[in-house]
Amino acid sequence: MYTITKQKTGQELKESLATFDSLYVIGCGTCATACHTGGKAEVMSMKTMLQEAGKTVTGWMVVPTPCDSLTRFAIEEESDRIASASAVLVMACAYGVQNVAAFTEKAVIPALDTLFFGMEGAPGQFSEVCLQCGECVLASTGGICPITSCPKGLVNGPCGGTKEGKCEVDASRDCAWTLIYNRLKKQGRLDLMRKIQSPKDFQKMTHPRRASVIA
Amino acid sequence: MSKLRDALQSGRFVVTAEIAPPKGVDISEMLDSAHLLRDRVTAVNVTDQQSSVMRLGSLAACHLLADNGVETVFQMTTRDRNRIALQSDLLSAYVMGIENVLCLTGDYVTLGDHPHAKPVFDLESVGLLRAAKQLERGSDMSEKPLKGAPKFFLGAVVTPGANPLEPQLFKMEKKVAAGAQFFQTQAVYEPSRFESFMQYARQFKVPVLAGIIPLKSAGMARFMNNNVAGVYVPEALIEEISKADDKYRKSLEITARLINQIRPMCDGVHVMAIGWERKVPDILDAAGL
Ligand code: SF4
Ligand code: SF4
Repeated sequence: MYTITKQKTGQELKESLATFDSLYVIGCGTCATACHTGGKAEVMSMKTMLQEAGKTVTGWMVVPTPCDSLTRFAIEEESDRIASASAVLVMACAYGVQNVAAFTEKAVIPALDTLFFGMEGAPGQFSEVCLQCGECVLASTGGICPITSCPKGLVNGPCGGTKEGKCEVDASRDCAWTLIYNRLKKQGRLDLMRKIQSPKDFQKMTHPRRASVIA
Repeated sequence: MSKLRDALQSGRFVVTAEIAPPKGVDISEMLDSAHLLRDRVTAVNVTDQQSSVMRLGSLAACHLLADNGVETVFQMTTRDRNRIALQSDLLSAYVMGIENVLCLTGDYVTLGDHPHAKPVFDLESVGLLRAAKQLERGSDMSEKPLKGAPKFFLGAVVTPGANPLEPQLFKMEKKVAAGAQFFQTQAVYEPSRFESFMQYARQFKVPVLAGIIPLKSAGMARFMNNNVAGVYVPEALIEEISKADDKYRKSLEITARLINQIRPMCDGVHVMAIGWERKVPDILDAAGL
């Protein structure tokens, strides 16, 4: 699983960096490297782009996993170069951005948009398969998540918009409920589709969620 | 008391039609259409931001039509309101004398004219039917008692031409269990396919009104075949209308023929004229209804 990110447009970045003339750039060695959005190569081209735009780059680093607690030490090590910048540009997902923001007083600017947690199908092809709803229904849906894979998050079967197994929202995508039907049929478990499911409990998704896993 | 319920219980062949509220506040055309339909149909469905296009609200339009002596079917989708607003609108409908409610999930938001809006889908058709039933029992979805309980005549939709069909039938069964008392279907153009659907659907013992969309042209037929789920206009019909010199007469003829072919199979027809609301009386004349 990777956090899927996409680079912000040059225009948006230009606007959020307008008031900063010197920057320290942080990349990500894990997900953003895999997504080609914040690995070493992208940090290097960002550095060039910033310099061409007349900004000073006081330093850069690619942190192995900017979302973990070790990031604090990487930031401490680079504290001088970070101190001489007017802002920190983070080329990582929003977990990385918020983590960096927690460890520095500097203005922190995201260079990426965080899209979703993606599961890799074919190499380099990611799809969203779980929305962390807090009450997993996969047991009755043949291991296919209707909350995520059906745009309407339907829990009681397909809408009337499914056309030849495709989704009304995007004809290039399979209808989740047709997939679920086919899977359950193969397993001889179609009875599961005849049981009325209660509406989702959205209280389980009230933000922000927290967990303590200390024994 | 719902006239629609009475009519369906009487065993009469029932006709309903559909009106879309205007995008804006000029209601004159909507009222004109309603007056034309008033004495020809048992009830008029009022669509709820059909195709996710923002319009005047269905509830307000139903109220206006009722003031004009038209019985309505209040269409409600779960796309734009959470369960608090949905239950509240059900109560509002009841106090305004609106008992017929068609419970739908609704098209997805990105298909309409506000693709950036937040899709709600807190409930879905089945959940909305259950919520309405719960209100009838005198409490809300949180089991809190109501001061006075409403009473509805609840409807739902089904697509007889869906492929695969079985999941639709499972959902139909759930809708009946959840409280659906009548069904209106997606447009039917193939009587034989509809007949086999009805053979299955009969077991639920709920009245079914077959959806009728008058075929205006070959272009419209092709568009529906390519874009509308569960609707298939056979090639022979497309050819028939494309060869006709007087398309309007041909359209009436085809529609009337379809209605009469499916008449023995179901409990009524639901005419979705889509812009031809004023021509519905012509269609019904042609069909002898
Ligand atoms: S039901 Fe879907 S969204 Fe919820 S936890 Fe399971 S996979 Fe994730
Ligand atoms: S077509 Fe299938 S996946 Fe798409 S919204 Fe309808 S039920 Fe969900």
